[in-house]
Amino acid sequence: MTTTTATLPPTRRPSVGARAWRFAKRHALTVYALLIVGYLLLPIFVVILFSFNAPKGRFNYVWQGFTLDNWAHWDAVLGIRSAIVTSIEVGILATVVATVLGTLIALAIVRHRFAGRGATNLLVFLPLSTPEIVLGASLLTLFLVLRDAKVIQLGFWTIFIAHVMFIASFVVITVKARLIGFDRHLEEAAMDLGANEWTTFRKITLPLLAPAMLAAALLGFALSIDDFVITYFVAGPTQTFPVFVWGIARVAVPPQVNVVASAFFLIAIAIGVGNVLWQYRTARHQRQGAA
Amino acid sequence: MGAFFHRHRGLTPYLLLAPGVLWLAIFFLAPLAFLGRQSLQSGIFPDFEFTWAFSNFSDAISTYHTQLVRSFMYAGIATVACLVLAYPLVYWIAFRAGPWRNLFLLIIVAPFFVTYLVRTLAWLNILADQGPVVGILRDLHVLGPDGRLLATTFAVIAGITYNFFPFMALPLYVSLEQIDPRLLEAAKDLYASPTQAFLRVTLPLSAPGIVAGTLVTFIPAAGDFINAALLGTPNQSMIGNVIQAKFLEALAYPSAAALSFILMGTILVILLVYARIVGTEKLTG
Repeated sequence: MTTTTATLPPTRRPSVGARAWRFAKRHALTVYALLIVGYLLLPIFVVILFSFNAPKGRFNYVWQGFTLDNWAHWDAVLGIRSAIVTSIEVGILATVVATVLGTLIALAIVRHRFAGRGATNLLVFLPLSTPEIVLGASLLTLFLVLRDAKVIQLGFWTIFIAHVMFIASFVVITVKARLIGFDRHLEEAAMDLGANEWTTFRKITLPLLAPAMLAAALLGFALSIDDFVITYFVAGPTQTFPVFVWGIARVAVPPQVNVVASAFFLIAIAIGVGNVLWQYRTARHQRQGAA
Repeated sequence: MGAFFHRHRGLTPYLLLAPGVLWLAIFFLAPLAFLGRQSLQSGIFPDFEFTWAFSNFSDAISTYHTQLVRSFMYAGIATVACLVLAYPLVYWIAFRAGPWRNLFLLIIVAPFFVTYLVRTLAWLNILADQGPVVGILRDLHVLGPDGRLLATTFAVIAGITYNFFPFMALPLYVSLEQIDPRLLEAAKDLYASPTQAFLRVTLPLSAPGIVAGTLVTFIPAAGDFINAALLGTPNQSMIGNVIQAKFLEALAYPSAAALSFILMGTILVILLVYARIVGTEKLTG
């Protein structure tokens, strides 16, 4: 490659006109990018803005005036508090179970050669490529059969089962990606130094996997707390926050729904910004270390 | 002892897999089988009987072909719109945003942090008849004095586009970010104009991202019913709306199950055709 460039005539500087044209084009792209950023953020801004609205009638569609009442009385709407509690409970439980199941599958797929490996990969991938409505509908048919057999009632536990099912696949993919770029020599060194498999796993593998598992768990929790379609099919009379919003959207959405959504958003964004800052810091440390 | 240890090692992967794979088998595969059985039943709630009623499928197609075609049309238009909106933004982030990359990536996924239903409802505020957008468009005579944006095809497709935008943007980013800038320099050294360099180097190298992005956008978009329900009218209802209403309101399980399989089957056929086209292009290109 270098020899080819060396035999070419020296690079010509582009003319002033060409450079101006490139400058304009570069900025056109920047303007376009910032417009799209605005488009992405506009509805979020609207959600937060309307959490401070004081609607005159039942409908929270048009800006009427600023108030803090909605935030002070965020649970003034019947059912909203229990829906949020259910969402959080299902989210935590399902995330913990799915993270364990998914990590074990990822370990098996990356670390071992065994009959049925391809089939396992397919089984993990399929739920991700099936429309949610089909997942929800098929689970409902299973649960209806189980309900008629008096095994389970539609409600909290059916939501939990469904969430573990769809989060597990995401966990497998996230943890797999981390395991593939993983230095096995560390584990071999531990074994050479006399550690048995379990100790090696506990002292070496698990700590190295922890960041990927945490990332997978955060993603899983976010997916769980946001899921509507599958949950709606299997929830029975139980309400998670999205199911609650769906029910109330048919009547009139109170500003408290915006308050809760804004609060969720701000917490998630705080975690996200924290993560970005942390990445900057480690990157800077690494640069300083290298210099 | 050695032989036992060897056998035990062979067992390890299966022990690791067992809990997760069992969960997926019982709560993903088995339900699909139950759905399949359901789709061939006949009768009226709650007395269904398994009768190999293949007519459920033909009846569903003849009754709901409008919604089926509409779903795939809306999903297709929204997927193209996502690609057109996302590609320049992601290109800019990958090649121009420098140290701000992670911040802009966070902005791309930011809509996911607002509950799906709530961010869709936000478009009700934005596109409201008394809202600023409709007001401006009426003043500009783009819309008639009684023209609306809500409850139109436009609103539904725009909602789908917005909601699935990150699905398109993230795979695109991954493929663009991996492009070695030295390749673009090489193209320039070999007298390629920026346009040529883009068309001959950047675009082909980002093809995997485009393929992945269109797939993961199109599949959930085709099964969506929330945008049509909240931003549209029955005139915009998609196949997801029909399945949802039949399952949870009409309790017409067999025909709802048949429709679910038709949706899945159509997606599968589109996937295969798409893989075929993309694969062939790669072979000839």
